[in-house]
Amino acid sequence: MKRLGLIVNPVAGLGGRVGLKGSDGEKVQQRARALGAVAPAPTRAAQALERLRPAAGEFELFTYPMEMGEAVARACGFEPIVIGEIASGKTTAADTQRAAREMMAQGVALLLFAGGDGTARDIYDAVGEGLPVLGIPTGVKMHSAVFGTRPESAGELALLFLREKAGLREAEVMDIDEEALRRGEVRARLYGYLRIPFERPLVQGLKAPSSPGEREAMRAIAADVAEEMEGGVAYILGPGTTTRAIASHLGLPKTLLGVDVIRDREVVALDVNEAHLLCLLEEGPARVIVTPVGGQGYLFGRGNQPISPAVLRRLGRENILVVSTAQKLQALGGRPLLVDTGDSEVDLWLCGYYRVITGYRERTIYRVSC
Amino acid sequence: MSEDITRHRYVDGKPRLRRFHQARWDEPILFELSRPGQRGILVPQVEPEIRAEVGDILATLPAGMRRREPPALPELSQPQVVRHYFRLAQETLGTDLNIDVGQGTCTMKYSPKVHEALARSPKVTELHPLQDESTVQGILEILYRFEQIMKEISGMDRFSFQPRAGSAAIYTMASMIRAYHASRGEGEQRDEIITTIFSHPSDAACARTAGFKVITLYPDEDGYPDLEALKAAVSDRTAGLMITNPEDTGIFNPRIAEFVRVVHEAGGLCAYDQANANGTLGVTRAREAGFDMCHFNLHKTFSSPHGCGGPGGGATGVTKELERFLPVPLVSFDGQRYYLDYDRPDSIGKVAPWYGVVPVIVRAYAWAMSLGAEGLREVAEIAVLNNNYLMQKVLQIPGVSAPYAKGKRRIEQVRYSWQALYEETGVHSEEIGLRAADFGVHYWTSHHPWIVPEPCTLEPTESYSKEELDEYAAILAYVAQEAREDPEKLHTAPHNSTIHRIDHSPLDDPARWAMTWRAYRRKVAEAQRPEENAS
Repeated sequence: MKRLGLIVNPVAGLGGRVGLKGSDGEKVQQRARALGAVAPAPTRAAQALERLRPAAGEFELFTYPMEMGEAVARACGFEPIVIGEIASGKTTAADTQRAAREMMAQGVALLLFAGGDGTARDIYDAVGEGLPVLGIPTGVKMHSAVFGTRPESAGELALLFLREKAGLREAEVMDIDEEALRRGEVRARLYGYLRIPFERPLVQGLKAPSSPGEREAMRAIAADVAEEMEGGVAYILGPGTTTRAIASHLGLPKTLLGVDVIRDREVVALDVNEAHLLCLLEEGPARVIVTPVGGQGYLFGRGNQPISPAVLRRLGRENILVVSTAQKLQALGGRPLLVDTGDSEVDLWLCGYYRVITGYRERTIYRVSC
Repeated sequence: MSEDITRHRYVDGKPRLRRFHQARWDEPILFELSRPGQRGILVPQVEPEIRAEVGDILATLPAGMRRREPPALPELSQPQVVRHYFRLAQETLGTDLNIDVGQGTCTMKYSPKVHEALARSPKVTELHPLQDESTVQGILEILYRFEQIMKEISGMDRFSFQPRAGSAAIYTMASMIRAYHASRGEGEQRDEIITTIFSHPSDAACARTAGFKVITLYPDEDGYPDLEALKAAVSDRTAGLMITNPEDTGIFNPRIAEFVRVVHEAGGLCAYDQANANGTLGVTRAREAGFDMCHFNLHKTFSSPHGCGGPGGGATGVTKELERFLPVPLVSFDGQRYYLDYDRPDSIGKVAPWYGVVPVIVRAYAWAMSLGAEGLREVAEIAVLNNNYLMQKVLQIPGVSAPYAKGKRRIEQVRYSWQALYEETGVHSEEIGLRAADFGVHYWTSHHPWIVPEPCTLEPTESYSKEELDEYAAILAYVAQEAREDPEKLHTAPHNSTIHRIDHSPLDDPARWAMTWRAYRRKVAEAQRPEENAS
């Protein structure tokens, strides 16, 4: 029988309702409680579990003691297999990480966790891409793309995955500096990728064929970009799975989180910083290829900071190529792509319509806003 | 007091939901019913005298055309075949059974049975496309006269009925756009077709098939086609614009004339996908909006049945300037006789054999003639009235909305969203449709991509009465209420239908999909040899 892991971060989301922009660190949690905060994690985890309830006989539920999963699982009518030990009321990031490692050792097919960006980071540190996971959105910050859109949809997706009706895709884990966020600055970097279930359309009628899988879509984009590449031009590839697909298509390595440069189908440099890019721009013509990062649709200023305002000024707008799967654009629900480079003049100049490369010989005109 | 049985399905003027259960026959497929030696008709042996006179009739066929072995057809008796198809027919929710407003974008309407009789008349069915023109003047006259009607409806100057479906017509338009630019020496340069995300997906797909790059526009914040995005898209690489209007949301593009102007100024042509013209017949014309070409689906607006995906009719019209690019042959009249005109050197050639699907054209011609010009306009008026009446009823149901163009009416269809109901109950649009089937009506979500979340598209054409629309809305209201009170009932629907749920995943899997019996047998055999596959 398949095994499902459940980890609830009991303090995730504690700071949100009381305006603390996060819940990382014991001091903040104390302050949040003093302000009357109640953690939403158990309620939201229960909303997800409700969707799994009718299929309770199809899998074994593994979870951690008490507030880290056991309590909510029992409240929802499950009889979970409880592993590990905790000091109730004093759990920390280390508990989340230990729990994730132990679940992986138990051979769970999927790890469902209730938390926010910080929890996603902890899970990533513990299991990396070794284990399919899915976040029940609970935290204050949701810049990572590893969460279901709502607790219920996380539950549904988990069920589909257990029934082998969902595929897997890589999704971004974002790292936001909470201290900076409380001062009103968003400093995000791409922290890593977790593998999450990916729902294909549930049912297709004759007139509603499913869109091709995301991997095929990325390959189509890569084929298009590769075909249009010009000799002697340095191509600066931003982070992301779509840009990585371009490098793979050319048979080249690509750092998933870094900014890399290729020219004439060869690697010039991997994981460059801003200074390095500015030097490269002195050498000859260059273009940058970026894809929206994370669930928010940020084009610049989240996770690709080496492509700085100075670099963008030097490149000019005509040398910015935007690539994105059609699915990623659709997931924005009509919201524009965003830029937040830290230089408001550059942001303004980046705004407007772009020809986003969405497939082989396919473009979508999409608006970028700041 | 006894119930008025003529009104037994209505209480206080409101529809009572139908108690319905579909037939379920658990019927195998025809090949599985086959038994060696079963047969339909035993053709008697030819008398010896005749055989002696005629000889071996098969010997007159060229050797290459003769089968070495008989075809692997299923072996069944005639009544077995009749029963098989009658059973299958009972297991559908076809247009002759249900209030068919749920298949939005498809313009489901009643095809008068008398037109069916015309199309099935031996005068039509016994024709052969290779007959001499002098012997088929009647059908050529129908093709010619129907062309005159289509010219009047669209304002275009010449039509071809050769394309056999909407997508074939769109492909024909894309091919003519290419031929036009090639004739001006810009064929290589102008390789981009612009469309909108809410145009019919065939516009993008057929342009791609014809070799163009496709540029898709997202709507502006109000859901209208985005003029600024169009301006950002056009260039000296623009070959043309291929769009639907009203779009699949039922929203009419109020800036359509500007769209056409912007594309023309960039040197592109404008093709109007009027597959579904049900809301604009006799009201607006492609000509006045400035389009260079357009097409109509005779199997939608012009009442010919869809027939399970075909055969259809994609009537394609162009302006005088583009007439020379139309497929060959065209049907012409020299004042005395009708003839097939093949002398068209700039034509894109043939897009299908012969002259179009003649029975479809006969039905469409009969439909247009029976209504007349005023009747065609009335079709549009009633269709729009029906749609806005149904929208009013549907939007009273908590949990559903009509995204974009808030507070505005729609033309002939509406793309609704059940997102609010989904968030409240966890019930998906698809499940609403599966449950609606329990009350004997068909319901469809929408084309992908689902820009509108949890979508459904309803298109009540002129064929449906107020009472039928009331019944359809009452079913949706009941099902939405049930989603709140008993969501499991929807998660497990349908309950009164032929088949509970079908696993659609093989449709995405080349190793498991099978379009023919032969492919099915091969793939089953392959699946049963895991060791071999693994090695």
